[in-house]
Amino acid sequence: MKTQTVLRLNIAGLIITLLTVAAALVWAFPLYWGVISSLKPEDEVVRPYVELWPETLTFSHYIFALTQTQIGVWYINSIATALGVTVLTVSSSLLCGYAISQLEFPLRKSFWWLILASFMVPTQTLIINHFELIASMKLLNSWAGIILPQLIHPVIIIVYKQFFDNVPKDFREAAVMDNASEWRILTRIYIPMNWGVTTALSIVVFIWSWNAFLWPFLAVTKTEMMTITVGITQVNDSFGVYYARELSAAVLAGLPVALAYLIFQRKVTQAVTLSAGIKG
Amino acid sequence: MLRNRRIEGLMALALISPFLAIYGLVFVYPTIKMFMLSFTDAPLIGAGDWVGLENYERLPRDRRFHTSLWNTFYFIVLTVIPGTLIALAIALGVSRLKGWLQSFVLALFFLPYILPVSVVYLIWDWTLNFQFGIAMHLLDWLGLDRVPVTKSTDWFMPAIGVVTIWWTAGFSILLLLAARRAIPVEIYEAASLDNSGGWSTFSRITWPLMWPVTALVLTIQLILQMKIFDQVYLFSQGGRPNDNMVLVYYVFQRAFQSNQGGRAAAVAVVLFFIVIVVSVMNFQLTRLSRGRDK
Repeated sequence: MKTQTVLRLNIAGLIITLLTVAAALVWAFPLYWGVISSLKPEDEVVRPYVELWPETLTFSHYIFALTQTQIGVWYINSIATALGVTVLTVSSSLLCGYAISQLEFPLRKSFWWLILASFMVPTQTLIINHFELIASMKLLNSWAGIILPQLIHPVIIIVYKQFFDNVPKDFREAAVMDNASEWRILTRIYIPMNWGVTTALSIVVFIWSWNAFLWPFLAVTKTEMMTITVGITQVNDSFGVYYARELSAAVLAGLPVALAYLIFQRKVTQAVTLSAGIKG
Repeated sequence: MLRNRRIEGLMALALISPFLAIYGLVFVYPTIKMFMLSFTDAPLIGAGDWVGLENYERLPRDRRFHTSLWNTFYFIVLTVIPGTLIALAIALGVSRLKGWLQSFVLALFFLPYILPVSVVYLIWDWTLNFQFGIAMHLLDWLGLDRVPVTKSTDWFMPAIGVVTIWWTAGFSILLLLAARRAIPVEIYEAASLDNSGGWSTFSRITWPLMWPVTALVLTIQLILQMKIFDQVYLFSQGGRPNDNMVLVYYVFQRAFQSNQGGRAAAVAVVLFFIVIVVSVMNFQLTRLSRGRDK
């Protein structure tokens, strides 16, 4: 009786395992198909039947994308703007989160509610006024113009505040006894104790910013100022109907974030759960 | 030894000032301007005359506004609940796997989420390509007619829905997997001693314990999908943009293609309130349901 149940469970478990793995392979198939198509010669890509592995493997589309388009400049723009957004967002949020968590100041509670509330405001609705603002500051087609409107991430402050709240009070009291300044307490105790959070949050903010589309798309009109996510969608004309070339550009644009994810898998999953307000 | 309150206050002000400066410049100021702009007939850039509520009065008679409202709603119906259920099923499947196989399978499901929308667009545009797309080969193989997915009004939104679920499910899967892992093993051991079957274990233990996070995922998905633009815009190029209009797209079109800043701002204000009302309602509902389960 008992062994029968165990056996039944095992078979059910095995079926679920197989189904999950099969679903994962189907799920990832478009990615595989995109990558593999980008490695085929153009005439092989448009064959009327399915070939799961290329007859001739070629990197010519990648060479074309790297040499004949401005993808190199777009990479630089993406790296510069994503780094700018990351550094500014994480550092200003860290300081703000620390002040709310550890310091007494007038209107502290209201300020905290303001941050929680702004979490709900859709920044997409502000595009017209962002455009007006950035244009009046003469920052269209500049890195600063791409960066500025992307700096509203109240969730980062929320996460920092929660983590700083959890640092044991003894550390702070001991430091105050030693007459350590507020700045010293922050940089010697609170920041080092939360390095893990800082790296995790930095990685996700970087990925968010690298992937941003709507604002960089509006803020830039000059091809040489585009970020890579915008750039690769604007070159259809110069690519014509060369599918494999388009796909190789897509792979080049997705590669940095995909690699960042595979290298920092743990940190990314940690940061994603944190940013949803679940402590992991 | 008590610290000087005033010094602490000044320190706090110094620490929050970088954020305050950014916040004021790119959040508070544009929000106020958006409301003011919606009462004028200004172009995208430059001054206009005060027209009162005229921009709002136009909306009920505006066909494209209707389309965008309807499509946004339709898109939410297509993605939010189905997407969450799919993510839940995947998370439960993944939670049964062990070691490297679990990491590997999770990575396959999660990878699309971290890709830029334009990469997702190019990959799916190729997958759904009418002539050469592998999805069309699949339709042939199933004996069905090919569909010009992104050029067809009927199939456009469902197709964008599938692409969006594929693209964003990784996030939901991760949260639901964390919730499943947080359920103590002892509860399942006790259930298996009671000879509880698969379905009753799920409906009596897993589902109730996972409901708070599932509700959170639904909320996040709902708020996210109300603001959809990128996918629709990218797939509409060369298609029928006016049929595929969603709210953010309409704001974009009025402002940047028709050069009507005031009229665009009125639509933006409407969207602004829809998102806030839905967020607050959701927040309350989630709180209520959490309270019930605890």
